This record gives sequence, structure tokens and C-alpha cells, in this order.
Amino acid sequence: MSQSTHALTRRRLLAATAAATATLAAPAIVRAQGGPLKVGVLLPRSGYQASIGQDCFRGVELANPILKDIGLGELQIMSADTETNVDVARSRAEKLIADGAQLLMGAFDSGQSSAIAQVAEQKGIPFVINIAAAPPITEQGYKFVFRNFPTAPMILNDAFTNQKEIFEAAGSAPKSVVFMHVNDTFGTAMAGGIGGVMPRHNMPYTIKETISYDPAARDLSVEISKAKAAGAEALLVVSRINDAILLTREMVKQRWTPQGVLSMGPGWYEDQYLKTLGKIGDGPLSFVPWYDPNKKLAKALEAALAAKYPNLDMNTNHVYTFEALLIAADAYKRAGSADPKALADAIRATDIKDNVSTGPGISFDAKGQNVKLKNSAIQNRGGKLVTVAPKGATNASAVWPMPAYDKRG
Amino acid sequence: MTRLFAGTPTHGLVLLVLLLAALVAAPLIANDYLLTILILILYFAYAGQAWNIMMGFAGQLSLGHALYVGLGAYTASALYVHFGVAPWLGLLVAVPVAMLAGAVIGFLAFRFGVAGVYFAILTIAFAEFARIGFDHISYVGGSAGFFLPVAQYTQNDLWNLRGRPVMFYYVILALAALAFMLCHLLLRSRMGYFWQAIREDEEAARALGIDTFRYKMYAVVISAGMTAVAGVFFAFFYNNLFPEQVFHISRSIELILAPIIGGVGTLFGPIVGAFLLTGLSEAVTETLHALGFEIPGAKQVFYGICLLVVVMALPDGIWPWLARRLGLERRS
Amino acid sequence: MPLDIYLNVAVSGLLTGLVYGLMALGLSVIFGVVRVVNFAHGEMMTIAMYIAIVLFSAFKLDPLVMMVPIAGVLFALGYVMQAGLINPFISRPEHSQFMLLVAVAIIMVNVLLLIFGPDARSVQTSYAFDSFAFGPIIVDATKVYAACAAIVVSAALFTFFKFSSVGKAIRACADNYTGALVVGLDVKRLYALTFGLGAACVGAAGSMLAIIIDVTPPLGPQYTLLAFVIVITGGLGSMPGALLGGVLIGMTEALAGLLFAPSAKSMFAFAILVLVLLFRPQGIVGKRA
Repeated sequence: MSQSTHALTRRRLLAATAAATATLAAPAIVRAQGGPLKVGVLLPRSGYQASIGQDCFRGVELANPILKDIGLGELQIMSADTETNVDVARSRAEKLIADGAQLLMGAFDSGQSSAIAQVAEQKGIPFVINIAAAPPITEQGYKFVFRNFPTAPMILNDAFTNQKEIFEAAGSAPKSVVFMHVNDTFGTAMAGGIGGVMPRHNMPYTIKETISYDPAARDLSVEISKAKAAGAEALLVVSRINDAILLTREMVKQRWTPQGVLSMGPGWYEDQYLKTLGKIGDGPLSFVPWYDPNKKLAKALEAALAAKYPNLDMNTNHVYTFEALLIAADAYKRAGSADPKALADAIRATDIKDNVSTGPGISFDAKGQNVKLKNSAIQNRGGKLVTVAPKGATNASAVWPMPAYDKRG
Repeated sequence: MTRLFAGTPTHGLVLLVLLLAALVAAPLIANDYLLTILILILYFAYAGQAWNIMMGFAGQLSLGHALYVGLGAYTASALYVHFGVAPWLGLLVAVPVAMLAGAVIGFLAFRFGVAGVYFAILTIAFAEFARIGFDHISYVGGSAGFFLPVAQYTQNDLWNLRGRPVMFYYVILALAALAFMLCHLLLRSRMGYFWQAIREDEEAARALGIDTFRYKMYAVVISAGMTAVAGVFFAFFYNNLFPEQVFHISRSIELILAPIIGGVGTLFGPIVGAFLLTGLSEAVTETLHALGFEIPGAKQVFYGICLLVVVMALPDGIWPWLARRLGLERRS
Repeated sequence: MPLDIYLNVAVSGLLTGLVYGLMALGLSVIFGVVRVVNFAHGEMMTIAMYIAIVLFSAFKLDPLVMMVPIAGVLFALGYVMQAGLINPFISRPEHSQFMLLVAVAIIMVNVLLLIFGPDARSVQTSYAFDSFAFGPIIVDATKVYAACAAIVVSAALFTFFKFSSVGKAIRACADNYTGALVVGLDVKRLYALTFGLGAACVGAAGSMLAIIIDVTPPLGPQYTLLAFVIVITGGLGSMPGALLGGVLIGMTEALAGLLFAPSAKSMFAFAILVLVLLFRPQGIVGKRA
């Protein structure tokens, strides 16, 4: 990076803000000084994770107008498809950097994010992770990798805290649960973390049985049979969208309604779940990274989403992808230049209080992890979602226990 | 050295030397993105050569080669993460482990007369078995993934395989070159001729007194061992392993695309195939990007169509056709 | 664990197995006769499922009813595929066939992604959540319907092959290719017919499965693999064999999931496959080694 052009940067910054709409990358090896920040966005838009990757991308689409509104510059987005493949993720990251990306963002999946992180660190280009929960990524001593998303232990901690809050407010709690989890990266990380985190919380219930199942399973009848046979009062679960729907259907068919569903992962609150199951979909509580419905920026993002995609509810994918771009724009403004080291330092010094996600705001520790993130509890109600915990970031109170499946007409 | 290249037309040798020189000099002009692409190409060329020994030379279709990649990768990584053993030493354990797996599969298959498509499906079954099995082995991370500590990038530590892409490039280039020479030697050896006899007509070969069981086992075991080295490289290059990805059948398919498209049973097949396929993949992505077609899935459709066309038009693979054009009528 | 849990799981495994068997029927026919390794099998089923979903969401037509037209569409697709693409490859080595169908599968999956997007789709029939209770045993209604359909289709196919002249001609091709040529059978056309029939079975299976599971474009490959496991276990070219194999695999997986870790239940299916390949490669019901 040339230092002599540093003086030109401030002059050019004023003149160059108009150029932000291009999504195609001009194959420029020379990085433009001044002008909008070139952000390389890496998401799985085809392959197994296409659905989630494309959902995350909606957060990208909504970003620029909102960023402009709050006084941060617009970003020039260079997007690439990781194809749910670690080889492609790595080479796409290299390509984006070669094409002039000054900051990378992505990539939803822990394996692909890890590969991109290595490239970013090697090249000294900041990489802001939108979603990826595997703890090791920020334990590698990277100086250019930042994650604004909770790790599995953080999600677990808040889940237990929020559950106790809800049980207290509702005046009842289950004495036993059966814990089901999908046997993939996230599910296993959560299952592994429970042993360490749960004892610290004095939960009113014990885990009677743990059942792990194959993420590719299309038939979960055996798993639900086992869960039903365990005789527990409630269901504690970590699953994905497809299994959430399958599990619910099986519970209905096998005529078992637990006191409630305590989900500590994706699936049970997603649009597709609500749409597919209708009335049957009401009731489950999800303890997940979420947005604070009372925050100003959250409302702005929600309005923008409703305008562009009226049938969708705002969710984790949109929120955290947007926040990653918010971090990039905010750091760029403070750094005043696109020099990667300056950007990285600026990101490390981030302190955004007016954000979207729950918690005191966005800031990073020495390892590049935002440890202050709080996770919310949401509940499916009437085909929509309401936020029921933590106190202060809610817009409704929880219903516990859940009405029986066969009485829902 | 002369024995190595006896019978090759001179202009063929010249082309080969030019290619090698270009590859050695590549890092001087290529940026890191191109280097990453070249590393991928050479990786697939290497793994393709290893697979080719089993298929092209001995005629056994393996659709579960990701098993050996995974075994090599996990063995060397486990030794590195838990015991601090450098990958070059880890190889000494990883390769025998994969060879053992190959031997088991080979023994079961050949003793019980499992051949052709059934053999292919047997290999798939073992790879799937490993995939699900490793999902449950928490010693190497299980399905949550196994992460190698990524230390630094400023210096190239060849012993521990930590460093910049350039270092990895030369390592995989050396591996690919060695694989090429090894296959060349194997083909010209007595065993190579036995393999070709078995591939052409196993019954006749047996009638001639060739111990087909023995030589098929050699092919499987050598192929497995070579592939394990690719696995070790993969582990230390990407630094994270997930059973769902490493052992997945799509990985097995990826490995064999290059040698099949390039030309099964030929020496240059895997290399040509690797260059063409990875090059094609990147070219299609770039073209669609330049035309503004940012539609997910479009690239794979074009890629599939190109594959289809090549498979239909050049059933023996691209290399035999290319060799005829270049006047390199080399018999493999 | 109380006995009724085992019974429930066993019955569930049985019904699921019949559905898997229906899915594998098509492959048994194709593989058994044309000897082509159809690695696009799962993708063909996915196409059928999407057709069922489109018909349901546009016209509210129940997939059970639409089974026959969808099978017809898939028949046409299969016929064209065989006659147009696959025929030259019959005599070629397996890896060539494999590569051809892998390319076809890649194209199919991604065209579906382009057309339908990545989100999962499903058919929500009015009886989607129904179940029948027989004492302590609770049985999933959709699985019962699908299982009945599987038996009906299987019986129909069996009758066709045993008693119709076309069916006998096809079996002749399978038994002795050269002999069939000598006798004057139009083998090319019969192969195309067979592939079409196999595809039609897959089409029927797809419309059944649409009421049980959700579709996404990359759904295919795991079902292709499952189909191969079932076909080899049950016996090549044998219709009862495919159903039997399906039931065996379905019940094994179900009981293994109950007794051990459900996440490892597929391992048992592969273990069975390996055992069959080694000790009884013609399958349980198959005739020839």
C-alpha cells in the first residue's frame, strides 16, 4: 500500500461518494484511494447452504440506504458465492482481494469462514464474520479477523438465563427435559458446551436423555419415539429448519405435546416453519442471537425489510449480516482511509451503541470477538414472532406451557 | 533418466520441460489468487494420479477415495494437534493407516469377487461409514470440526507446513511431479504390464499365470497410500477438517473428475484434466460475473453442460485426443 | 423401554421402508435391465417432487391423485434421456457412464435451484398430520397411504413384466443381450422403454414422498445412494426384492436408531450393504450372482 497517496485520500473522499452502486468488480489490482469502501461479501448462495446464504444476502441488499441515513458512507459491495465449498471459499477470497477488496465479510459456515480467515490474515485484510459459532475461529491469535456473533458457550449462557426469567414470569417450569440436537457443527458445539455451562445456572430441570440425530435425516419418527419414551416434560433442542419442521410434524402425529419447546438454535422461528405449519407452529421458544425490537436502528432495518420483502420476518441472518457491514462502514469513517492496518485498528476500537442486535452494542476484545452480545428469547405467536426476553429488550411476555397440538383446531 | 523417457518423441520432451519450467517460475508472475488456483489444480492432478493407479492401471473403479484423503488428513492432524508431531513425520503414520484401509477393502472385495459397479458401491459404503463414524469421534473434533492451530504467516516453516501460499505451491508441485514420475516408472515396470493385462481381461491374465489378487492389492494399497499424502497436505493447507466435508461423496466425485475427463489410464490425463476443469470452473465464474449474471446455480449448470459435452464427444478423455493433435502418439 | 415403543418404531420402519422401496424400484428396473448406473436417480425423483408441489400449489391437486400423470411425465423424461443421451454409453466402461450421469445430475440440481430457489418446499395436504391409533400403536397416515401406493405400483409393475409381451421382451434383453438381438428384438427401443418405466416408478415415488418430506434442490444424492443400497441388498432386477430391501433397511435403521445413537443409524445400512456385497452379492431375493 502506497503511503504517499494518503494525503490525496481526504480530498478525494468528498468527491467520490457517488460511485457506490456498482456490484461488478472492475478488475483493478490498484486499490482506489478514497471513494466508497470495497467490501468483498462471501456467502454460500448455491450448494447445501444456499437458502441461508441467500437470506443473509438480503441483509446486504438493505444496508446501503440505511448506512447513508445514519451518516456513514455507502459501501461498494463485491459479492462472491462460496458454493458451500471450502476450496471455492478460499479461492474466491483470494480473487476478491486481488480485485481490490479492502475488507471481507462472510461466510456463515464455520469451515468456510475459517479458510477465509486464514487468507485475510495472510494478506492483512480485515475480515468481519457475520455468522459462525465455532469457538476456535477467534482463538487462533488472528489480528485481522473479527466476529460479531456469539460463540456457542455465549448462546448457551444467555439461553439458560432467559429460560429462568421466563419460567419465573410464567410461574411454572419443567422438571425434566429431553435434549435433542442435530449432529452437525453447531449442534455438536452446543451439546459439547452444555456440560460446562448448565451447572452454573441452577436450572429447575434436569436432562433426562440426550438424542443426537443426522442432519440429513428425512425421517425423525424414531427420534421422537425415543423422546416421547423418555418421559420428560419439555423438549430442549438444537436443530435446523428442516428438522424443526419434521420434529414438529412427528410430535403431532405421535400425539405428544411437551410443556414447551426450548430451542437454542435456528429453525423453529423461521418464516418457512411458520408458513408451513400454520397454527401448529405456535408456541416454541427460541433462544437465539436476535435484534432488540426497541432499538431505533432495528426498527429502521425492519421497515426496510418489510418494504422490500413484505412476506418475510426479520431474523438473525439479516441482522448480523447488516451489522457486519455497519461495522465496516463505521470503521472506515473513523479510520479515514482504506489502509488495511488502519481499518483493522479502527475495527478493534469499535464502540457502536446504536446497533440492531440485543445487548449493549458492538465492541471487540483483544481476540476480535464481541463478548458483550446478548441473546434474546423469541416465541412464535399467531404466525409471527414476539421477543419475550431479556427484560428491557422485549415486546411481549412469554406463554408457558404451550397449548396441546391436538387442541389447536 | 534415458530409460524414463525412452520412446517419447523429442518435441514431447521439450513440451514437458517447458511446462515444468513454467510451473516452477509461476510464483514470480502470478498473484496469490492465481497461485491458489494453481495449488488446487496441482492438488487435483496429484490426487487424480493416485486414483488413476487403481482405475486406469488396474481397472478398479473407486468412488470412495475421499476415505483415504480423510484418513491421511485426520491421522496427521491428530498427531500434530495432540502430540506436536510434524506433518512429514505424521506422514509415516498416515500413509500406512490409509494403506491398511485400502488393503481391507481390497481384500474383502477381491476375495469375495466383488467387481465392477459393485466394487464401486463398496468403496462408497466404506467412505460413508467413515464419514458417519468420524462425526462421532470427539478426539478429533467430531462433527464440530477439528481445527489446527494456525501459528504465523511471516516465515515459511517447511517442517511444520506453516507459511505462505508460495511454500504450499512448491510442496504440491513437487508432489505432483513425483507422482507423475512414479506412475511413469510403475507403468513401465513388470507390475505395470501385469496391471494392464488385468485391466484388459482379468480372466485371460489369470490364465497366463498372473497372480491377479496380489497385483490388484498392490494397486489398491499404493493408490490409497499416495492419496493419504494429499490428505495430509489438505489438512495443513486448510487447517480445519469436518467429517461431513472431508469424507463426503461429492469430494470423492471431485477427485475423479480430473482423471476421467483427462483420460483414464494415461499419465497426462489427470494433469490435463485438472488444468481444464479448474480452469473451466474459474472461467465460467468470471464470465458470468462480467456479464452480470450473478445468479446462484448458473455457473454449475454451465459447468455441468461442459462436462456433458466433453464426456459425450471424447469418451476416452481429453489427453488422448490432445496427444494425437500434438503428434505425441505415446502409448500408455 | 416398554414393548410398545419397539412396536411403534418397527411399524414406522416398515412403512418407511416400503416407501424407500418404491423409490428404489425404478433403479432396480433400470439397473437390472439396462445395466446403467443411474447416478441421477435421486435428482429425477426430486424433479417429480417439484412437479407435484407446483401442481398442488397452483391447482390444489393432491399428489396421490397426480401420481399417474407425474409418472407419465417422468416416463417421457426417462425415455428421452435413454434414447438421446445414454444409449451410446451402454457398452462403455462404468466410469464413463458414471461421469455422464454425474454431469446430468449436476445440471438437474442447479436448474432446479435456478427455477425454484434454495428454500424448502412442501405439500401441506389436509391429512398431513393425521395418524391412526391401533391400541398402543400410533401409525402415521401419510406413510400408510404411501406404503399402500408402493405395493400397488410394485404389483402393477410385476404383472407387467411377467405377463405382457413387452415386459417379457424387456426381461429377455436383461437375461441375454445377444440372444435378444438375434431373436430380432429392437433392443434400443426396449432399453429406452425400460428406462422410461424406471423413471415412471421414480416419478410415482416422488409424488408420494412429496407429502412426507420437504424438497430442496440438493435432495437427490442421498436418495440415489439409498436406492443403490436397497437395490443391491434386495436383489437386482427383482421388484419384490426392492421392496424387501427397502423394508429391511428401513427397519434396521429405525431399530438401530432406537437402540443406539440415532445419528449413527445410517452406518447400519452401510454395514448391511457391505455384508450383502461380500456374502450374497445377488441380494436376498436375486437370482444370479
